[in-house]
Amino acid sequence: MTHEADQPIEWLRCDAPASDVVITSRVRLARNFAGFPFTGRADTSERAQILRIAQSQILDADLAPKVMWVDITELSDTERRVLVERHLISSNHAEGDQPRAVAVSSPDERLAIMVNEEDHLRIQVIRAGLDLTDAFEQANTADDKIESRADFAFSPRFGYLTACPTNVGTGLRVSAMLHLPALRLTGDLEKVKRAAKGMNLAVRGFFGEGSEAAGDLYQISNQTTLGRSEREILQQFEQVVVPRIMEFERSARLTLAQKRPYFFEDQIFRALAILRSARLMKIEEAMTLLGVVRLGIVSSLINDVPLATLHNLILNVQTAHLQRTHKRNMSQRERRIERAALIRNALKEPNHG
Amino acid sequence: MSHQCDRCGKPATVHEVTVHAGEKVERNLCQECAREEGLVAGPHAPINELITKFVMSHGAAAKKQSAQSPRAKPCPVCGITLAQFKQSGLLGCPSCYTSFADALAPLIERMQQGATHHSGKTPRRAGATVDRHERIALLRRQLHDAIQAEQYERAASLRDQIIQTGEPVAPSSDTPDPQNACGGDDGREAP
Repeated sequence: MTHEADQPIEWLRCDAPASDVVITSRVRLARNFAGFPFTGRADTSERAQILRIAQSQILDADLAPKVMWVDITELSDTERRVLVERHLISSNHAEGDQPRAVAVSSPDERLAIMVNEEDHLRIQVIRAGLDLTDAFEQANTADDKIESRADFAFSPRFGYLTACPTNVGTGLRVSAMLHLPALRLTGDLEKVKRAAKGMNLAVRGFFGEGSEAAGDLYQISNQTTLGRSEREILQQFEQVVVPRIMEFERSARLTLAQKRPYFFEDQIFRALAILRSARLMKIEEAMTLLGVVRLGIVSSLINDVPLATLHNLILNVQTAHLQRTHKRNMSQRERRIERAALIRNALKEPNHG
Repeated sequence: MSHQCDRCGKPATVHEVTVHAGEKVERNLCQECAREEGLVAGPHAPINELITKFVMSHGAAAKKQSAQSPRAKPCPVCGITLAQFKQSGLLGCPSCYTSFADALAPLIERMQQGATHHSGKTPRRAGATVDRHERIALLRRQLHDAIQAEQYERAASLRDQIIQTGEPVAPSSDTPDPQNACGGDDGREAP
């Protein structure tokens, strides 16, 4: 499958609500077909059957103007990693040769349904900025449409039945990708992470479970799925939890700008200068510096770099995207050279042509 | 009033009161010892650890209570055991929630911050179909096993039982029209 590099995919949009702090909002519904074992327990032929059923139901359900069906077993390693980097599939889903797929709405990539991940279906919807209600509506509608053609495993007591009991009930996970560079600079990040855990939230890095927080990007999500309705979970998260953390970050930004303006500006312009000059760039360093430059853009200190350019870089400096752009596997050294060149080129100062 | 840990003498933060044979037993433990004793979960105790703790303690209690240990008994539909669940953290099939209800209920309550029952969306077609699907899934699984074991007479009988339910022998993508497939008597009703 191919992606255009400059395609307007959802999470790169820049005009979204609360996008100074919230990069994306995401909801996910876990569903399993009745009458089958869960994916992990299903043998190859059962998985193939589940895949066929899911394919016809998803493609016939009219979920979006255009839905691409991607058979992951047919993809190269790089193509699989591209899907992970675009947050369309999990790292787990990229591994292995058992029948598995992802259905993606094209070209916006707002809807992605993983088939035969830990659960038969993982219906995921993403929105730029803080817009969980809209994301939930789309996921819920997709669920209704698929459900009108299939029986999902459900029990009146435990709700939607999932392979892991941590997802049982609504099967709903809501999450937000937050950009928290100022909290790191003021040293208050740990405090906020502890507070988030106190509010019963999971805090993860950019690429989900077990990943490091690259670029000061953090995913926070609800941990409990049982006992509260979808609306309650959503409302609590969107109207209480996320705004509270947003306020922490915004006030840290204000504190920095007012009380330590030289330090604040130095951090930002130093990051931009390195990105504009470096000849070798590791992915970790690139993400950190791009994160700081993003802070400079949303704080109106950097005015000659559009936010869209920066968001595109966050995606295109990733290893698999880089290799796809150059249509070959590259050594680590080659990647660092090409990554640095890509960034320099994208951030070129206008008067330098 | 501050207590010291009964085990190591550090300041105690966990106070356990149990009643044994009508006698009240109090214990004071520090966070660390309480964790080792399984009284509290670590601040970010991984789910698997939680499962191990709960399934194990449940298994032990159940063993005392009943002669046939439910812990060793596999789910009749998918064949997974509680020990396997404990290892992977994943259940084998939807019926596991029924098969292991006794062990799962306290674990789920713990994982879900005290919640025990679903609140929220209900699939329009759910309800009476749930049991029926479990039954068909069980028959299909038994048929599969019979064929694997080359028990063809048994397989034929199982196949006939599945056909009698009106469902295809192998699940297919052609979902039957609910109006036709589920007339009044199997209990499935239109929303």
